[in-house]
Amino acid sequence: MGKTRISRGRFLKMVGTAGATGSALSVLAACQTSTTPQQSGGGGGGGNTLHIYNWAQYLAPYDIKHFEKKFGMNITQDTYSSNEELLAKLQGGGTGYDVIVPSDYMVSIMAKSKVIQKLDMSKIPNFKNVSKHYRGLPFDPKNEYSVPYQAGTTGILYNKKKVGRVETWDPLWDPKFKGKMAMINDVRETIGAALMRRGYSENSTDPRKLQQAKQDLIKQKPLLQGYFDSVENVPMVRRGDIWLAHVYSGDGFLAIVQDKNLAYAIPKPGATLWVDNLCIPVGAPHVDLAHKFLNFILAPKPGAALTEYTDYSTPNQAAVPLVHGKFTKIPQWDPSGKVYDRLQTIRDIGKATRTYERIFTEVKSS
Amino acid sequence: MAKDKGKGWSPGLAGLLSPVTFWLGLFFLAPLLLIVAYSFGTAGVYGGMKLGFNTNNYAQIADPLYLKILFRTLVIAVLTTLLCLVLGYPLAYFIAFRSRKWRNNLILLVMIPFWSSLIIRVYAWVVILSGNGIANHALQFLGITNGPVNLIFTPKAVLMGMVYSYLPFMVLPLYASLESFDVSLKEASQDLGANRWHTFWRVTFPLSMPGVIAGSILVFIPAAGEFVVPQLLGGAKTTMMGNLIQQQFLDARNWAFGSALSMILAVVLLVAIIFYVRRVGTDKLEVG
Repeated sequence: MGKTRISRGRFLKMVGTAGATGSALSVLAACQTSTTPQQSGGGGGGGNTLHIYNWAQYLAPYDIKHFEKKFGMNITQDTYSSNEELLAKLQGGGTGYDVIVPSDYMVSIMAKSKVIQKLDMSKIPNFKNVSKHYRGLPFDPKNEYSVPYQAGTTGILYNKKKVGRVETWDPLWDPKFKGKMAMINDVRETIGAALMRRGYSENSTDPRKLQQAKQDLIKQKPLLQGYFDSVENVPMVRRGDIWLAHVYSGDGFLAIVQDKNLAYAIPKPGATLWVDNLCIPVGAPHVDLAHKFLNFILAPKPGAALTEYTDYSTPNQAAVPLVHGKFTKIPQWDPSGKVYDRLQTIRDIGKATRTYERIFTEVKSS
Repeated sequence: MAKDKGKGWSPGLAGLLSPVTFWLGLFFLAPLLLIVAYSFGTAGVYGGMKLGFNTNNYAQIADPLYLKILFRTLVIAVLTTLLCLVLGYPLAYFIAFRSRKWRNNLILLVMIPFWSSLIIRVYAWVVILSGNGIANHALQFLGITNGPVNLIFTPKAVLMGMVYSYLPFMVLPLYASLESFDVSLKEASQDLGANRWHTFWRVTFPLSMPGVIAGSILVFIPAAGEFVVPQLLGGAKTTMMGNLIQQQFLDARNWAFGSALSMILAVVLLVAIIFYVRRVGTDKLEVG
């Protein structure tokens, strides 16, 4: 996944508006600035500074200000645009970063590659605020290495007027909507959707199931406008070019609050739950302060400020009542326990990554 | 050519050449050698790289899926080059034979697109061609179509976007070779009884061959490596080599196969260009 989550958050608001007004220039201008580091300097490990390596636009100014005031430290951030970029940087060593924000499957890869360190949970008492749905997830079953930061699902953004109500993945295969649909250009999400539509695990490595998923996707391809980043799918739905799109929940929510004809579905029988996490790299210069930061983010107010800034769902249960904003009224923002039961997380599948990659290339070249 | 003039090496010349040698060595040769080394390596599952002599990466290209993508890439690159030539030649010709003042202003217009990023210009096409975009509104307003038609996210849209992107690379060298063209040759040809058609094909066009060759190469090479346009205007449904290589590096974490694909593309392009220049004639390259 990773690379398709290039620039969520604030940036999406611009995409939403720009998409609606058809002003491509501002979108791209925004895209280019949002991937440049907010503060350069490459970590470095200076004495009085906490170095965070983060996705672009992914930490609320409120949190920075209050953390700096409380601990008398400065925060500097560098940004990356994919989990793979983050991994490559850490494998290079000597980055001087204190806190990083890998997504689910990358946490387990990083733990296996020994580039992140075990957390001292006695220094993170606010972990008690983490919702039970976000504890002990398969990528870090005992929360030894990570605490959850922000989260969401991958589902379907759709136009209620044109397609009615969507509850499963099937509408994305419905010939009625030919040319009015788009999927995410991401190996794991799109093959995952095909697998889950058949009730399989999205981490399946069973050749028979993967073969079925491949055939399904080949059948689906002529019905699609194409495969795009989630942030590109949203403006197409808003402009009315397409009616159904595979998107990340946060991207969908931003469109829904601006257009009441749109809705978001977490399809049955299964959908992806993605979680970005806070971790501390091996060799971090300020381990103690990093723990303080993790604990700070899991406090109610900072957690609420963060999620108001990003528009994603928060694993921080104590923050939920404090979050204000139109998007909190969308039912899928804070799903019920029943919904969580059918969500799956994308897991590291090792060498099978290449099998998936080849299947996706074959589908796209069919 | 420098050798022909009989100038040997001198300490001064070596001194002048050393910065560029250092620059190219560090930023061109070293990365290239790294890719060669990687292409024989074994990629770790998590992106690491074990060097060695593993020809497996090259063997993988025999997969019909990848051969199909390579073939498609070459077809699109050739078509892009031909279309750029057909569209660019008359334009370069027109500009080259204006008065000096006009020439400079017109060539400036050709270069204006370079003032903004390629991605922005291509994305503008997405907005223009999309279902509710300007092009569709215009077609309906003029009564040519009845409701929105699909203009985008097809192989044709990819080709159009690529011709748009690379046209200046064809026009500029063509203009350079036509601009220095001695008009008296044309007059002589006509004085000797050739009509304008004949004069063009027997005199003007052959003398502009260096521009044609340079322009074709300048368009063909980047076109064969293109990956932005197929993504933005093709909806990722027209996979080209550039996309495949990008996926190996960014998604599959398979730098070894990605490097091997890059090497194969480079060798195929080199062979194609040698063949092309031989066919069209190397000596002509030196005329301009």
